[in-house]
Amino acid sequence: MLEAISVSLEDLKLATLTPMLVAIGGALAILIIDLFKDGLHKSLYVMLTLLVLLVDLGAVLGLSVNQRGFFNLMLIDGISIISQALILLGSMLFIPLALTSKRFHEYSYPEYFALFLFMIAGYQFMVSSDNLILIFVGLETASLALYTLIAMHNRPNSYEAAVKYFTMGAMAAGFFAMGAATVYATTGSVELYKIAEVMQSRMDEAGLMIALIGGGTLLLVAFAFKMSLFPFHTWGPDAYEGASAPLAGYMSIIPKLAALVVAMRIFGMYIDIGIEAIRDAILVLSVLTMTLANIMALVQGDVKRMLAYSSISHAGFVMAAIALDTTKGNTGIFLYYTMFLFTNLGAFAMLWISRHKNNTYHDRFDHPYEKFAGLIHVMPMGAVVMALFMLSLAGVPPFSVFWGKIFIMGAAVDAGYVWLAIVMGINSAISAYYYLKLIVYMFLKDPASNDGTIYYNLAKPLMTIIGIAVVVTVTSIFYVQPLINYISYMVGASGY
Amino acid sequence: MDHILTILVFFPAFAGLLGFVVDKGSARAYGIAVATIELFIALWLWMSFDGSNGGMQFVEMLPLVPDFGISYYLGVDGISLFIVILAALMTLVGMISMSIEKDVKNMIISLLFLEMTMVGVFVALDAIVFYVFWELSLVPMLYIIGAWGGPRRVYAAVKFFLYTFFGSLIMLVGMLFLAYLYHDVTGTWSFAITDWYALVLPMEYQVWLFIAFFFGFAIKVPMFPFHTWLPYAHGQAPTIGSVILAAVLLKMGTYGFVRFSLPIFPDASVMMITPIAILSLIMVVYTAMVAYAQKDIKQVIAYSSVSHMGIIMLGVFAMNAEGISGSIFLMLSHGIVSGALFMLVGVIYDRTHTKELDKFGGLAAVMPKYATIFGIMLMASVGLPLTIGFVGEFLVLLGFYKVSPMMTIVAGLTIIIGSVYMLSIYKRTFFGRVTHEENKKLKDLNSKEIISLVPLVAIVIWLGIYPKPVLEPIDNSVKALVSFMEKKAQTQEAKDIIISTNTGEDK
Repeated sequence: MLEAISVSLEDLKLATLTPMLVAIGGALAILIIDLFKDGLHKSLYVMLTLLVLLVDLGAVLGLSVNQRGFFNLMLIDGISIISQALILLGSMLFIPLALTSKRFHEYSYPEYFALFLFMIAGYQFMVSSDNLILIFVGLETASLALYTLIAMHNRPNSYEAAVKYFTMGAMAAGFFAMGAATVYATTGSVELYKIAEVMQSRMDEAGLMIALIGGGTLLLVAFAFKMSLFPFHTWGPDAYEGASAPLAGYMSIIPKLAALVVAMRIFGMYIDIGIEAIRDAILVLSVLTMTLANIMALVQGDVKRMLAYSSISHAGFVMAAIALDTTKGNTGIFLYYTMFLFTNLGAFAMLWISRHKNNTYHDRFDHPYEKFAGLIHVMPMGAVVMALFMLSLAGVPPFSVFWGKIFIMGAAVDAGYVWLAIVMGINSAISAYYYLKLIVYMFLKDPASNDGTIYYNLAKPLMTIIGIAVVVTVTSIFYVQPLINYISYMVGASGY
Repeated sequence: MDHILTILVFFPAFAGLLGFVVDKGSARAYGIAVATIELFIALWLWMSFDGSNGGMQFVEMLPLVPDFGISYYLGVDGISLFIVILAALMTLVGMISMSIEKDVKNMIISLLFLEMTMVGVFVALDAIVFYVFWELSLVPMLYIIGAWGGPRRVYAAVKFFLYTFFGSLIMLVGMLFLAYLYHDVTGTWSFAITDWYALVLPMEYQVWLFIAFFFGFAIKVPMFPFHTWLPYAHGQAPTIGSVILAAVLLKMGTYGFVRFSLPIFPDASVMMITPIAILSLIMVVYTAMVAYAQKDIKQVIAYSSVSHMGIIMLGVFAMNAEGISGSIFLMLSHGIVSGALFMLVGVIYDRTHTKELDKFGGLAAVMPKYATIFGIMLMASVGLPLTIGFVGEFLVLLGFYKVSPMMTIVAGLTIIIGSVYMLSIYKRTFFGRVTHEENKKLKDLNSKEIISLVPLVAIVIWLGIYPKPVLEPIDNSVKALVSFMEKKAQTQEAKDIIISTNTGEDK
């Protein structure tokens, strides 16, 4: 006979669930609206989604730091709040990119927006729990929604991208499940803080430690898949190429950020306990990722693929900060992603507005370098904006990504990893080459066609989003300090 | 005026932004007007500068990222003052003499942005601000070389960018490490160079940090063996690009050594005297010989400019007041003379569309004014007494003689090689009969070329005869620097060398 569990409503702390409930409720509302009247214009859904996201953001910022809720499943700490806020900010920048001047298949379905909101709820669950099962559920909810979003772009290579991403994602899910199961089998818990207690008290049992390191390795592989770290990155560029440009930009930031937060929780715990093997594995993975992805980016003929490899390299850069396991390193991760979010999404948005229905420049690629040749003569403003994003990505001061880079490099130096900082510096120099290649095409070559319609897909809302990205990229020097204050307070408060 | 440095730095950039609105046909006049105002501001700075004070003046400080110790921190002393004026002067002169017709508005705007970064580098007293300007200077230069250059311009531009970018990232790691050490010792973060001066570092750290900074600066100078990007850049760059590159951008490297390496790592610097002197000597001798072998007149000037940068490096590492003052003075004279020589090469290139030495000959008869100015600049370049080139070279050699008479003699001999190839190109270009028919109809200098070149000639002669107004403020700041190094040096050996090279007139 089971004992009856009596739970009072206050103990549940349903407030911790509000943000996700807002997103899910918004998604359901969109589906219901479609049920009553179909054929409504996409602008309605875009604005509704934006409003839902805004309410969601309000709910997130209203949460108080460091509380647990819902049978200890939810953990709202500083990094959960920052990462949720970043996820929502990125989504709010992303969703207006649907308002293109040309019609695209996926935006005619309200389900697209509903799925998008479900996906966000998934990510929010993922970052606000330290329970391996809830993390897994959040991860899978979000991933399944994302696969569908990619496929809805409705081109042969979008299906290919979605299927590829799906199979790889399923494999990663398998690794995650096996890793979590191993950890559970050896410690008897799926909650990280309890796992940490067990591990700490039984450090001297070699067999247990081997099993735990094995479990940690499996989890690391799972996250390496999700964050497209070398050698688990192979799905990345293809998936980016098949997805629409803004979605590819989105995929290069938000899913990785969510995975990074979970990685910070899990592997931070491993490193805290003193399991150096995991730290070394992360360092090796991240150094290989940033270097090899950079080298592969050098030889790409398509700007979108180049940006795909470049964001893999950036992910490697940031992953290295996890291995440092210092407050400064973890602050650097969020600082870097905040900066990277605006710049990278801006760069992908620039590709998006240059998207033609038919590929006139290349038989396979949408955005070959040749397409942008001589852009300074055809559309000077577009060329300057794109060049700004490229310089920022390359880490040229004083643009935004530079601050993220020096902060993480500084954190590496502080933690005694001077060699890591040097590797990061050399990689930034290599990466300058391919960003520069686009600038060279835009500024130094003669235009391929002088029709002046490269930015074919341009519309006011897109210009607004790009304008915001430019302002954030250029004026970063003025808000770095308050941003660091806020982030490091939040990160420090949650003990990372 | 409290914020004269801020105005000096950002006025050209602000004017450049407004320049987007100016009509294409008027862009050039706009650029010249802006550069003239900038030059007057720079001269005003000189007028209000207290030459007897060796410390930083017109200091401005505004915290930017206090948690990380980054602040907007500007100041000027005798060492940087004249390089700033040089940057303003050469930008103006370059703009006046410019013969580019294509996309002239883009060129003017790039030049104005470039001017901001050049001035910014020399007045920045915060390492990150310095780094920001240092890196930003690559972007307009990339565009100038890549858009207006010769047939292989894109390759040259990208090589220039990547080479320098690589070096500076290593330097950035060095800066971060230095800031970390500062934090370790004092408990606060700071990137202010003046704060770093106060930091006494263990020898081991000094050497590694010296090497990290060395990468950044040596590539920019460019020291042998990192000089390979420069001949390409010069060969492909348009005239204005070469002028700015040779006159100002290369000085960033040597200035960096004086501003960062010497005072922050005095012991390591003393230890590195010999290796660096050897590299500089190789650079002087080797590039002088390469210059002699060139068939392209612009390449001759380019290599000779590298060769002279070697002398500047020698002076910096003489570790005494004569050597360092001399090398700073030589930076100015090199800036004016090599800038003028590149402009002169540009003049003949505009007329004949060739830079091959074989295609010239007997030009003195056709273009007498041109030949005269070229001759004066050439004499200044080889260091003839009573020209600006002599003062600096003499002081550098005098200074380095106290370190190593042997090396000084080798360096001195190369001045002779320098005059050999310079006089030989002068002979082949200007003397003899006019061998090519088409050269007989060449026009002599036009008014805009004369307006831009004559002031330079005047400066060359004025400072050659009476260098004191410039040399004195430089010397005061350098003496402060040297005595500071002597106090800060920890190893007895370093102290001994600094003292022994400095005994004599400056006590």
